[in-house]
Amino acid sequence: MFANYLPTGAEYFRLLPEMILTAAGTLIMVLEPLTGYRRKRFLGHLALAGLLAALWAAVVAYSSPGPAFNRLIVVDGFATFFRVLVIVVGILTVLSCWDFLARHKAESGEFYSLILFSVVGQCVMVSANELITLFIGLEVSSIATYVLAGYLRDDKRANEAALKYFLLGSFATAFLLYGVAWIYGVTGTTNLVDIRQILESRDVIHPILAVSTAAALMFVGFAFKVSAAPFQIWAPDVYQGAPTPVAAFMSAGPKAAGFAILLRVYLTAFGPIDQSWVPFVWTCALATMVIGNFAALAQNNVKRLLAYSSIAHAGYIMVAVATGTAPGAAAAMFYLAAYAFMNVGAFVVVSHISGRGERKVNIDDLAGLSSRQPLTAALFSVFLLSLIGVPLTGGFFGKFYIFKAAIDSQLYWLTILGLLTSAVAAYYYLRLIVVMYMRPAVDGEEELPPLGGGLKTALWASALGTLALGIFPSAVLNFAGASGAMLVR
Amino acid sequence: MRPYTEIYFPVVVQIIIAIAVAAGMVGGSFLLGKKVRNRVKDTPYESGMQPVGSARERFSVKFYLVAMIFILFDIEAMFLYPWAVVYRELKLFAFVEMLVFVVLILSGFFYIWKKGALDWAPESDKKTEPKPLPAEASIATILNRH
Amino acid sequence: MHPITTAHYVALSAALLLIGTLGVLTRRNIVIILMSIELILNAANINLVAFSRYWGPENMNGQIFAIFVITVAVAEAAVGLGILIALFRNKETVQADEIDLLKW
Repeated sequence: MFANYLPTGAEYFRLLPEMILTAAGTLIMVLEPLTGYRRKRFLGHLALAGLLAALWAAVVAYSSPGPAFNRLIVVDGFATFFRVLVIVVGILTVLSCWDFLARHKAESGEFYSLILFSVVGQCVMVSANELITLFIGLEVSSIATYVLAGYLRDDKRANEAALKYFLLGSFATAFLLYGVAWIYGVTGTTNLVDIRQILESRDVIHPILAVSTAAALMFVGFAFKVSAAPFQIWAPDVYQGAPTPVAAFMSAGPKAAGFAILLRVYLTAFGPIDQSWVPFVWTCALATMVIGNFAALAQNNVKRLLAYSSIAHAGYIMVAVATGTAPGAAAAMFYLAAYAFMNVGAFVVVSHISGRGERKVNIDDLAGLSSRQPLTAALFSVFLLSLIGVPLTGGFFGKFYIFKAAIDSQLYWLTILGLLTSAVAAYYYLRLIVVMYMRPAVDGEEELPPLGGGLKTALWASALGTLALGIFPSAVLNFAGASGAMLVR
Repeated sequence: MRPYTEIYFPVVVQIIIAIAVAAGMVGGSFLLGKKVRNRVKDTPYESGMQPVGSARERFSVKFYLVAMIFILFDIEAMFLYPWAVVYRELKLFAFVEMLVFVVLILSGFFYIWKKGALDWAPESDKKTEPKPLPAEASIATILNRH
Repeated sequence: MHPITTAHYVALSAALLLIGTLGVLTRRNIVIILMSIELILNAANINLVAFSRYWGPENMNGQIFAIFVITVAVAEAAVGLGILIALFRNKETVQADEIDLLKW
């Protein structure tokens, strides 16, 4: 029955971003042994060109939306939104890694290749219309990220971070796979839309217990990917041990893609049985917000602090998922976009000030940053204020839309606790700003290197993105609203 | 349903051919080959490892590397089976798709080759031509040279 | 003689899942943890192939999925061993509880 199937040109066109990224990543991998160390930066430019081409392809692919390759993938507004988001995160990472890699004498083509492969995986994930494609995308993205976490292979902390990430990650995806196998067993299909139809139809009796168990097993895998409680334990260790540009990448790209598939699977496929999965998403959202925010209070290492803060933000987005509605999905999409900009920006600043061997990553090392490098301090403050959720920044509207969607779905307790924990969060973010502006620099502190070109571009782009989402949120929100509504049709 | 004998007849034929080929190769080399006997030749073949000794000995990390690379490339061959089943119907399309797949795998192979993951001996050993072995060399001396 | 039904495969797969999970949670040697994770993946594979047979010869999704899972499992194992070797070169241990530089 499949034998007569031939894909049309339009279907290849819909897969264009992934094809460009794969070609660029493979090309860099092949060129890597042929380029001397001094010319590795060229490979970085190549990666940037590939990502920009893929960004363009992701946008134009939306001009002919629809399914492709026997409905293995689907290009709709939702997929396009997240494709653009993960590719932009990839671009920001490549721009911001040059100074870091040069400082650690670790420039190589593998780094760029792995970033590109990870982005390919995320693009496949977010456009997956089917559990097989979803699993393959997830694994392509994860395997590349495991290696990236241990990229500085002579650094014991990086080794340890990679190993922890790998062990816990593959354990969680194994559970996800087991859940997927059960869904296939109960419904006989792996297509998300077909699963929804089977679960909706009254005449087919499906064992609700089996489906709910499978949904819970799959949630283990997704919750790990987005670092939501109780599967968040890895995040602080991995973000601390991994190279800072990689931590920036991991906290934004795979997380956005993870939430994308979480939304697509639970709202589209498991929409008809939402009474069986909303309770555990609810519990998870609550636990994640509380654990993330309270643990962040006790941190002295900025990377660890940002890791806990990223756990807390996963909690807020989980609130949006717990609504199980189209406005909730739209709020989550908007939040992920704002979060990607502000979090990548914050990590980029940390990678700039961390110095050789990443020794200067404690809060005290920020002392006097406002006088040592006013621009860096100002941009860092923008990101931190947005992470708090101060008006005129993307973080404010993100939180606003999420809690609005939660109130509309009568999730009053989650809203109250979310707002309370955000107030707690303000304390630890403000503490960083106070140290930067109020405490004088320690004497004999070596000069910070000037911001390199790539780093500067990445910082300005993140800051502009954060502010643009805070000042003109409607364009992005309308797009997110329209494409979120498609999930639950 | 057809009787078992009929269904499994091709399998029996295949088993007979396999035995014949294997026996032919072993027997052929036994009849035609030159026979040299010395201590090294008489030791059991253990893929270059010393056959007798503590099992807790540390292996070179090269073994893991080559084993991992072997399995990675070996597994990719699995995709050829479903492809071969539908190849006749899909014709050129299937051919081009598999070509893309093979090119991707070959570029991975090119990468590990150029990176030196397949070089068994370090670069310094390769330049010096290995001395011819004395006929009575023990396996230990051979191993120590590498 | 009872024929082997889908239920038998599912029971086997559940047993493998249990063994794998217990292995990951109780063992200290990272190589054994890796092997336990492979067991869980194979448990899922058995389920996939058994369900594929259950849904009839027209429904090949499960078998195709199993092929992809095997490939992914191998890639994962290779990356895992690579990370482990890098760690072993720096720390000379493969015991999970001796890897404690970053506090849990």
